[in-house]
Amino acid sequence: MQFGIFTVGDVTPDPTTGRAPSEHERIKAMVTIASKAEEVGLDVFATGEHHNPPFVPSSPTTMLGHIAARTERLILSTATTLITTNDPVKIAEDFAMLQHLADGRVDLMLGRGNTGPVYPWFGQDIRQGIPLAIENYALLHRLWREDVVDWKGRFRTALQGFTATPRPLDGVPPFVWHGSIRSPEIAEQAAYYGDGFFANNIFWPKEHFQRLVGLYRERYAHYGHGTPEQAIVGLGGQVFMRKNSQDAVREFRPYFDNAPVYGHGPSLEEFMDETPLTVGSPQQVIDKTLTFREHFGDYQRQLFLLDHAGLPLKTVLEQLDLLGEEVIPVLRKEFTENRPAQVPDAPTHVSLLAARGAETLTEVGQ
Amino acid sequence: MNPLRLVAVSAGLSTPSSTRLLADRLAEATRDHLDGDGRPVEVTVIELRDLATDIATGLVTGFPGARLRAAIEAVTGADGLIVVSPIFSASYSGLFKSFFDLLDNTVLAGTPVLIAATGGTARHSLALEHALRPLFAYLRAIVVPTAVYAASQDWGSAGDARTGDLAGRITRAAGELAALMRDRPAAAVPAETVVPFEEQLAALRPE
Repeated sequence: MQFGIFTVGDVTPDPTTGRAPSEHERIKAMVTIASKAEEVGLDVFATGEHHNPPFVPSSPTTMLGHIAARTERLILSTATTLITTNDPVKIAEDFAMLQHLADGRVDLMLGRGNTGPVYPWFGQDIRQGIPLAIENYALLHRLWREDVVDWKGRFRTALQGFTATPRPLDGVPPFVWHGSIRSPEIAEQAAYYGDGFFANNIFWPKEHFQRLVGLYRERYAHYGHGTPEQAIVGLGGQVFMRKNSQDAVREFRPYFDNAPVYGHGPSLEEFMDETPLTVGSPQQVIDKTLTFREHFGDYQRQLFLLDHAGLPLKTVLEQLDLLGEEVIPVLRKEFTENRPAQVPDAPTHVSLLAARGAETLTEVGQ
Repeated sequence: MNPLRLVAVSAGLSTPSSTRLLADRLAEATRDHLDGDGRPVEVTVIELRDLATDIATGLVTGFPGARLRAAIEAVTGADGLIVVSPIFSASYSGLFKSFFDLLDNTVLAGTPVLIAATGGTARHSLALEHALRPLFAYLRAIVVPTAVYAASQDWGSAGDARTGDLAGRITRAAGELAALMRDRPAAAVPAETVVPFEEQLAALRPE
């Protein structure tokens, strides 16, 4: 089981002081947060990709490459990489390059994005969102697996005799997660390829995601990648902690009330009832996170959203300390208990390399 | 036998409300037409007033809370729908529109709908035709020909030589709705449909 954090990279004024960080401060803060994540024992750092204010992370592999140089162990990922508006050729090259620089500590989560105008800004049509995701990934998948690609599709210039460089590290493509909040087509896509499926469940009630994850598991088995229980599932979470739960609620409420996305809407209490948000003590976070397994089955990756809505860097770093010291060790232990032996861990570069080695050996043996 | 599900949505704001009163009258009249068919009729009335903050919250968060979800499920699962709004500023009320804005644009396709409205004066009655009817046409619902408008004075009038009274219009509209509901096939539970991935890929193959 992997634990980590994901960030949207919003520049939001701190509602308690009115002060917004500069873009430079926010970008540097994201790097500090990633380094801290490794220091407190988390496994994954994932950044969003956005092309409009108030968000800063437009260039994820630049940022992750920088973080790669400052960390040793952390898996660098995205949440999400826009498979709709990015050229799949550039995704193939950028992430292969990142793999080499990070010695394989790289995977990525593909998504369609959430801001309408990004499509026309990048020359695409939002009504083609799903077809773009399907065609672009079909090409990306080949570019990482075939040295020379001839290709023709609907959305991009044809390729003749094209080789994406550099080739993936050790010839092993980065593991891919497909993120979705509403589309069964994406669950189907993830299942077809045997890739991971990440249900970003942080804003919506769980029933909706149980259907999506259930569909993905069932189709994963249909396509012969394993049993439904062996499908690779990731989930989101959103937490704010203090030793004392009343303190957590008091401190977080102004950030919640003014947060982008859900601020000025439901009350903190309603939102906690309906979504994975937990504001309270570390024990409450542990208890709530453990319910995810009951709702979705044993899963492979848990990412928390910590640094948004104008929370000061200092506070975010304190949250990471609490997460690393009090929450994750307990969750690791609890999630390991009663976990069926056949439920795999999330694939990593090392595990994929080993699996390929085993395959090659089998072939030689035959 | 599954009951026929008749759902009335009232966007009245006051209590008691003439909008709710009209919704109830229409629901009763529709039930009267359907009684005797042998199939039970289940009537649900949804007061949007009680859901006002849930609707606003649903709009800003993008997902409905539990109470609102129940109302949406009732509406989308209806065999027949009665929708009644007060006319504000020449159109349906904002609350009424906000509720229907929360529905996906296909979930009412083919659903028989009776549109009705209330107002202080009969001068606003065509708002039914230029606001409510196009809204439900967009949603691909089947709107019955008779739309029922109740102005304040209709509640105390027996009509005149040219215009039938409110009770007559209610009966006619309810009859039209009942006829459409009667012809509805028993609703099948829509299964989660997946387009197999090969088909999705094949659809994109260039010529």
